This record gives sequence, C-alpha cells and structure tokens, in this order.
Amino acid sequence: MLTTQFLLLGAVLFCIGVYGVLARKNAVMVLMSIELILNSVNINLLAFSVRHGSVDGNTFALYIIAIAAAEVGVGLALVLLIYRNRRTIALDDLSEMKG
Amino acid sequence: MIAADLLVAQNVGFGIISLLMIVAALRVVTVKNVVHAALWLVIVLSGAAAQYLLLSAEFVAITQILVYVGAVMVLFLFGTMLTRARIGAESDLNNKNWALGIPVALLMLGVMSYVIIDGFGSERLIENPGDMTQVPVQVISDDIFGPYLLPFWALSFVLLVAVIGAIVLARKD
Repeated sequence: MLTTQFLLLGAVLFCIGVYGVLARKNAVMVLMSIELILNSVNINLLAFSVRHGSVDGNTFALYIIAIAAAEVGVGLALVLLIYRNRRTIALDDLSEMKG
Repeated sequence: MIAADLLVAQNVGFGIISLLMIVAALRVVTVKNVVHAALWLVIVLSGAAAQYLLLSAEFVAITQILVYVGAVMVLFLFGTMLTRARIGAESDLNNKNWALGIPVALLMLGVMSYVIIDGFGSERLIENPGDMTQVPVQVISDDIFGPYLLPFWALSFVLLVAVIGAIVLARKD
C-alpha cells in the first residue's frame, strides 16, 4: 500500500465535506458535512501513524473522535434552540448580525 | 497507485471501500432527503472504520463504530426528527449560491492532490509489509496516559462542558 492512496482518499473526502458545508442550507446537513471533514483528517492521521511507526496518530485520532462527539452534541443543541425560536433551521435566514 | 508487488488483497479492499465511501459521501452532500443523507453518512463512517482496520488501527476502528455509527448517528436522527415536521424529499436544502461550492472544492482538491503526489509520490506506506502489526490497546493507553495526559484532561473538560452546555441550551425554561 502507498502513502499517497490514503492521503488522496482523505483529500477527496475533505473536499466533499467542504462542498457540503458551503452548499447546504439545512443546519443538520452542515453538521453532517463537518463529520465528513473530521473523518478525512482521521484517515490522514492513521496513515501517518503507520508511516512513522508511531502510535501517536492513533491517540490523536481517538481525541478527534471525542471532540467530534462533543461538537455534534453542542451543535445539535444549538440547532434545536434555533428551531424552537424561529421554526426553521435554514442558515440563510439567520441574518440579524448582518451589517 | 497500484503497488502490484505487495499486498494485492489489501489494495483491492482499499479500492472497493474507498470507491464506496466517495460515492456515499457525494450522496450525503447531494441527496434531497435529510434522513437518507444520514443513512449515506453511516456508509461513509463504516467505510472509514474499515480503512482504519487496513491501517492496523483496530482500537480506533472499533471506537469509530461505537461513537460515530452508534451515538453520533442517533443524535443526527434525533436532531432531524425534532427539527422537521415533514418527512420526505425537500427541495430547499441548498443555498442559493450553492454552485460556488463546486469550484472551491475542486480547487482545493487540485491543490491538495498536487501537493500530496508531489510530496509522497509512489512512496510505500511501510517498507516491509510483514512488519505491519496491529497496535495493541496497551500501547495506545500508555501513550494517552503518558505523554498526552494533559490533552486528555483538557478533552475530559471539553466533554463535561459540552454535556452541560447541551443541557443548558436545549432545556425548556
């Protein structure tokens, strides 16, 4: 196996996630795209962990999984709050802070 | 891309799984139904766990299944159910400027692919594939509770804050 193939898979998933964050309006879909991005980073970390023969990449991947779980919890709580106050979770409509 | 002289089975497995992951990821960002997007995301996350197994990180793979496919996906489905009255296809899931995302993503992909191929080329992941052994959980825990203890404490604090914050935000008062 080559290093490049894992890094390229991570890059493709990262870019698909970036497209999702930019293109989606529904807040839950944006959170899903962020999960794609975090997973692509984990693939890179584990590939480099094997490449350098070090276990640090596994440790960081576990930390990122925990951070992602916390992020989804807080993010969905925010989405629920927005939905309760405005009856919509379309991110385009949240423009009060616009100058 | 094909290292024909070594690890043929692993390379074929990598190709099939990564093709599945890319197709499913594209469906996640293009499908018009939020529940279907969550189910496509399950395929991507399970495929990522399979890639972790190929990279001999079985503990991370199992954690990925437990946390992502188990917990995070339930959270997503709850969020979908609690924020939407309608079930079924929705036509307005995208921004009005959604097409701008395509050139941005393609540009990023081009730059990153160029850098990766330029930097690593046809370098092997590991010189002697026979050396690639599973990482024992004991080694990972020695790593977490040894040199990376401080980030671990910070992480537990982040999780505590996230739990309290989620309760405070979502509580009806």
